[in-house]
Amino acid sequence: MEILVCVKRVPATTTRVTVGPDGKSLDPTGVEYVLNPYDEFAVEEALRLKEAAGEGSVTAFSFGGAEAQKELRTVLAMGADAAVLLQSEAAAAADGATTARVLAEALRGRSFDLILFGKQAVDLDQHGVGPMVATLLGIPCISEVVALEVADGKVTAEREVEGGREVVEAPLPCAVTAQKGLNEPRYASLKGIMAAKKKPLEVVEVDPGEAAVEVVSMSPPPPRPPGRIVGEGPDAVPELLRLLQEEAKVL
Amino acid sequence: MADILVVLEVRDGKVRPASLQALGAARGLADARGGRVLALATEAVEPDLEALGGAGADEVLVAGAEAHSPDGAAATAVRVAGEEGADLVLLAATIRGRDLCGRIAAGLEAGFAPDCTALEADGEGLLFERPVYAGKARMQVRIRTPKAVASLRPNFFQPAGRSHSATRRDVPAEEGKARVVEMKGRQEGRPDVAEARIIVSGGRGLGGPENWPLLEALADALPGAALGASRAVVDAGWRPHSEQVGQTGKTVSPELYIAVGISGAIQHLAGMSTSKVIVAINKDAEAPIFQHATYGVVGDALEILPKLTEALKAAQAG
Repeated sequence: MEILVCVKRVPATTTRVTVGPDGKSLDPTGVEYVLNPYDEFAVEEALRLKEAAGEGSVTAFSFGGAEAQKELRTVLAMGADAAVLLQSEAAAAADGATTARVLAEALRGRSFDLILFGKQAVDLDQHGVGPMVATLLGIPCISEVVALEVADGKVTAEREVEGGREVVEAPLPCAVTAQKGLNEPRYASLKGIMAAKKKPLEVVEVDPGEAAVEVVSMSPPPPRPPGRIVGEGPDAVPELLRLLQEEAKVL
Repeated sequence: MADILVVLEVRDGKVRPASLQALGAARGLADARGGRVLALATEAVEPDLEALGGAGADEVLVAGAEAHSPDGAAATAVRVAGEEGADLVLLAATIRGRDLCGRIAAGLEAGFAPDCTALEADGEGLLFERPVYAGKARMQVRIRTPKAVASLRPNFFQPAGRSHSATRRDVPAEEGKARVVEMKGRQEGRPDVAEARIIVSGGRGLGGPENWPLLEALADALPGAALGASRAVVDAGWRPHSEQVGQTGKTVSPELYIAVGISGAIQHLAGMSTSKVIVAINKDAEAPIFQHATYGVVGDALEILPKLTEALKAAQAG
């Protein structure tokens, strides 16, 4: 089974976000970058499917700056066979549509059974890259998947939607975006980390062209009005209830 | 001016509230810049033309696909947007809506702005505001392609609330390769955490999964309340991931968010800080959640919860 996985280098979820001097992007000072957490589920699932099939390969792609080689090495250390960096300094701030076009261009013409993505990158939270790449490639996509089965040229997946779980079927080749719960991602072993150094990591310069979406400004979230401590223990309940009814008027 | 197409989400034969909110946002824009508001149902549905018209639709297009197919629904929306000359496609930022957003953008060669919390027309066109980094910051963006697609986060927009009956037209549905074959584990009675007006959310301070009935009782005493959970209790296996609020869970904006035994890690705060009113109940007076709470109560959640539930029931009975 030939599996492609698309991954992104993102700030860790513990990052305190500060707006940079351009007023449009994250100030990267002191920020720790990691493999996008949802991409870990995608990589893990790719490795499991390859292991279950007993043959095939897993190739990782990332649209990123030169420093994204680190995250691709992490994917190789987890067990992927090869990696391709679609390198551009414009990548980190790229909108979803631009990212999807670059990835689709790079994947077109490759032979694959399955393309896996994380359901979203935890930086710009765009959600749309996987489904958009699939649409540009003319293949089906099942997004936010928590259970996946591939058999007889067909994918059966479960996804959590508001108020229930959808079971979706699609023929191969197909794209899938991974949601938390799909699996428990493995840690790279020392042996894996050593082996990753010798695995192929190809760097291809790409020009994303004109962005589809322009960032006008980035700012902190609107400040919350100051709150207060109503009281201590169960005795505070009547006053809390009064405030919710009379002051906040939410009950 | 070109029309606006709103792709409706239908579940169990009903249009979801978040889609009615998207219709209201579209109405506001159409009133400001001209053009019609078209509502598209990509599945067979008997549309309530008064409700959809009242929310903001001029015309309701019904494509009668038997089951939801994500690629089929997107292809139908792309075709209809082309036929009708719509330059803006809006959806609710639900799980289905977020999925359709990128697909429709692909078909229209458009840029997309997901999960918008504000939308305005100015001299230069449309300005979309959206949270990034799970709400730790927000961005204002412009879509530079001739056509644009955006999804709107639930509870940030209002249906138009006017008295108007939309007209209906049936249109053909496109077929997709992927299709929904079954809906499992349907949660009856309680709304989903992403759409609820009130959320009662629990963390480690509740001590263990055996104490969740106390939280459920509180939710039962608040009509329209959903259950939420912190990442710590989801990772510990106490609660399902579908309830997780925060950066690797759901981002929510209810009118009332009650955080019980949740300390307020930055990942959690990112997911709920746009709630209108936040109540925090926690033993630790120094917990970061209190800096974000509208109202805080310091104390043992296991003692406070039953009192609060009881008081709510008494207030409703009275």
